Amino acid sequence: MIKVKINGQEQSWDGDPDLPLLWFLRDEAGLTGTKYGCGQALCGACTVIVDKEAVRACITSVNDVAGREVTTIEGLHPNGDHPVQKAWRQVNVPQCGFCQAGQIMQAAALLMDNPKPSHDQIREAMSGNICRCGCYQRIENAVHLASTGV
Amino acid sequence: MNFIDNPRKLRGFEKHIRVEKVSRRSILKGLGVTGGFVLAAPVMSRQALAYETGAGKMPHGVVVDPRVFVSVAPDGIVTIIGHRSEMGTGVRTSLPLIVAEEMEADWSRVKVQQAHGDEVKFGNQDTDGSRSTRHYLIPMRQIGASARTMLEQAAAKRWGVPATEVKAVNHEVVHSASGRKLGFGELAADAAKESVPSIEGLKLKNPKDFRYLGKGQVGIVDLHDITTGKAQYGADVRLSGMKYAVIARPPVTGGKLVKFEPDEALKIPGVEKVMQVRGWPWPSKFQPLGGVAVIARNTGAAIKGRDALKLTWDDGPNGKYDSVAYRKELEEASRKPGLVLRKEGDADAALKGADKVIVGEYYIPHLAHVSMEPPVAVADVKGDKAEIWAPVQSPGGTREDVAKTLGIPEANVTVNVTLLGGGFGRKSKCDFALEAALLSKELGAPVKVQWTREDDIHNGFLHTVSVERIEAGLDKSGKVIAWRHRSVAPSIASTFAAGTVHQAPFEIGMGLVDMPFEIANISCENPEAAAHTRIGWFRSVSNIPRAFAVQSMVGEIAQATGRDQKDMLLELIGSPRIVKPNVKDLWNYGEPQDSYPIDTARLRKVVELVAEKGEWGRKVPKGHGLGIAVHRSFVSYIATIVEVAVDDKGKLTVPRVDTAIDCGTYVNPERIASQIEGAAIMGLSLAKYGEITFKDGKVQQKNFDDFQVVRMDDSPVVTNVYIVPPGPDTPPSGVGEPGVPPFAPALINAIFAATGKRIRSLPIGKQLEA
Ligand code: FES
Ligand code: FES
Repeated sequence: MIKVKINGQEQSWDGDPDLPLLWFLRDEAGLTGTKYGCGQALCGACTVIVDKEAVRACITSVNDVAGREVTTIEGLHPNGDHPVQKAWRQVNVPQCGFCQAGQIMQAAALLMDNPKPSHDQIREAMSGNICRCGCYQRIENAVHLASTGV
Repeated sequence: MNFIDNPRKLRGFEKHIRVEKVSRRSILKGLGVTGGFVLAAPVMSRQALAYETGAGKMPHGVVVDPRVFVSVAPDGIVTIIGHRSEMGTGVRTSLPLIVAEEMEADWSRVKVQQAHGDEVKFGNQDTDGSRSTRHYLIPMRQIGASARTMLEQAAAKRWGVPATEVKAVNHEVVHSASGRKLGFGELAADAAKESVPSIEGLKLKNPKDFRYLGKGQVGIVDLHDITTGKAQYGADVRLSGMKYAVIARPPVTGGKLVKFEPDEALKIPGVEKVMQVRGWPWPSKFQPLGGVAVIARNTGAAIKGRDALKLTWDDGPNGKYDSVAYRKELEEASRKPGLVLRKEGDADAALKGADKVIVGEYYIPHLAHVSMEPPVAVADVKGDKAEIWAPVQSPGGTREDVAKTLGIPEANVTVNVTLLGGGFGRKSKCDFALEAALLSKELGAPVKVQWTREDDIHNGFLHTVSVERIEAGLDKSGKVIAWRHRSVAPSIASTFAAGTVHQAPFEIGMGLVDMPFEIANISCENPEAAAHTRIGWFRSVSNIPRAFAVQSMVGEIAQATGRDQKDMLLELIGSPRIVKPNVKDLWNYGEPQDSYPIDTARLRKVVELVAEKGEWGRKVPKGHGLGIAVHRSFVSYIATIVEVAVDDKGKLTVPRVDTAIDCGTYVNPERIASQIEGAAIMGLSLAKYGEITFKDGKVQQKNFDDFQVVRMDDSPVVTNVYIVPPGPDTPPSGVGEPGVPPFAPALINAIFAATGKRIRSLPIGKQLEA
């Protein structure tokens, strides 16, 4: 039996310990905000925060996060008013929106680590997250806005 | 030329579609509405409107009925139906916003409800071809105006005053003479009893009174849900007792399963069942390819189970498809005469007599859509009833195809449309929903079929592969006197009819035969090309290779004659005029040429606008260069300037992009800008990296590592968008697709300016490193 804390709630799993966290979250725990885009750590759609770090849930097993604290988009802020979320809305970032949970989690992790990232630091830190719709200019502007206060 | 006999085979491409002759009576019966009115084609009389569109020729035409689209609750909440699919363009906001504008509803008290697939009820729902605003601006205004009129009539009756004395203003009806007011909610029950006014008598708002249209102040309705993870995409649907499935499909188009061994898969924890899925022979439109499904308690287990399957396939007739050899075939075909589609003057003679002939052969390989959300669908089939939840661009077509595939009446099929995590044309094909329906029926349980990214790349409906060969003949003064353009590419029609070797009218109408240059001798030809995989619509479709070829050739002519690219471009466009190409049945994106002519004044205007705003001719640092291109597609006009920087190792970056768009009357400039920003990224992705190749019939790429797209660190640093203000009666035109085509040629022209290297084959890949 693996125990893991997700968005502050204790969850347990007694199935395959190698099950990717992504599918545990989506299919077993019903937290569908975290998305599947590639399954190979190539697109960032599945990004969640484990303790204080952004990780790709598609290549992280449930076992890997045993006893640790996982935050998904659903748990980032109780009312959805994390500065990154607010900035995202102010800048009208999303097109289809499918990549955005991963983008927001990545940006939130970046700002925890570096509260005032430069243009180049934003572009580098966010480049693991693909947006096929091409919202990059707005993502960059929104991260910048979140870092300077929304 | 191939003609498709089944009118529904090529949904959305009306050249092939015969208008369904559904009688007005039968529609009314189907709706169970009396007093409401429903229009089948043709939708609008010329008297009623300033312009006509092709909307009425779409399957099931347009329905203009406020009772279908609008409801007002006693608490005042107005619910407006969004009947098109939201894949990122903002349409789920824009169309209901038009209704709210006309009915004087306060947007903060409006709820948008997604329509299920039902084209008899809602009219055509194919969200493709950049058509939504262009076909629905007026119908949505009429729906809003009808609802407003009914509310006003109800209030006038209540007060016993003439309806001309009352006026709806911001969610209430006001009688200014007496100062009385009634909220929409208070009038809801009475208004519902009012008869629906006739379209001809409706008074539409004066655009100067618009609160929302054309302003760009309203965010998309799903913005909060998207940023909090609550937005529901296809993959997010969960039903009780639902099983999770992935399918192993034939790796070669037209291949078949020979045998499979399920034992190892069944040992994987969580795997419950392994079963064969029915497949259809190639080509058969959107029918599933078949294969072996692994059913599990979660997607992760299903994927692991599939990896453990032992499968033997018979590759069938396309087992030798090889991209290197096929490219040679296309190139050779492009060097010989083909079916002549447009002939003006005598291009052969003029080319022979020309002082100089410039030849360009331009190649673009297959491309995959890779929408961020791979195909996925949930189905629950019980007896002769089916319910589907899926991110589909064509809910009506999906409903028809599910009914046909299961052999049940269409009335027994419900298609719920979720948000689409990107579409780009991939989700116009409902094969994934059909797979889910077939599996659910077999299993007797709800099931979700999830495509992996690898499935998406291996088994999609790819953008075609093409060689566009242009020969331009110049006289002594450097004037272009002859133009021969041969386009060779397997057609989308090959996915519908075996043996197709020529492109369909909607494909040749995308920048080949509608080429707008003022040249005396023109020949547009289409040599044969047979398909060896499933070809499908990809955002902007044939406009991508056409704009690449035509606009690169403009750069080449400028280069050969020492002219400025922009001046050369304007000279070729020529005088402001309406172009009437000598073509039988010009497709014109399904629109009448009267309302949507090929207007070179508008084409010139976007070139001039982007040149001014984008500071054409500005001094750029060493290693940088500017390129320009313009293209009319989806009846919109778009010009782009790209600035590139190429360092001494050949690394390419894009510091700046400027785009001017004339899309006629528009609804939401903020979403237009986001579409154009995104189009620049998609254009850069396909130019820099986009390539799907085949060997032994199989796609050689698998995921985002070997089918790359632009990421933030190599995206344009800044993209500026300029929208041409529309004339008072300029009809709306496309936005979702037209931004992509001019990007690649502007980029390639800029690379030439920066480096002196002319790239004629995409993707650029390592060509700049040499
Ligand atoms: S799904 Fe995990 S990085 Fe793409
Ligand atoms: S918004 Fe569609 S993939 Fe990013």
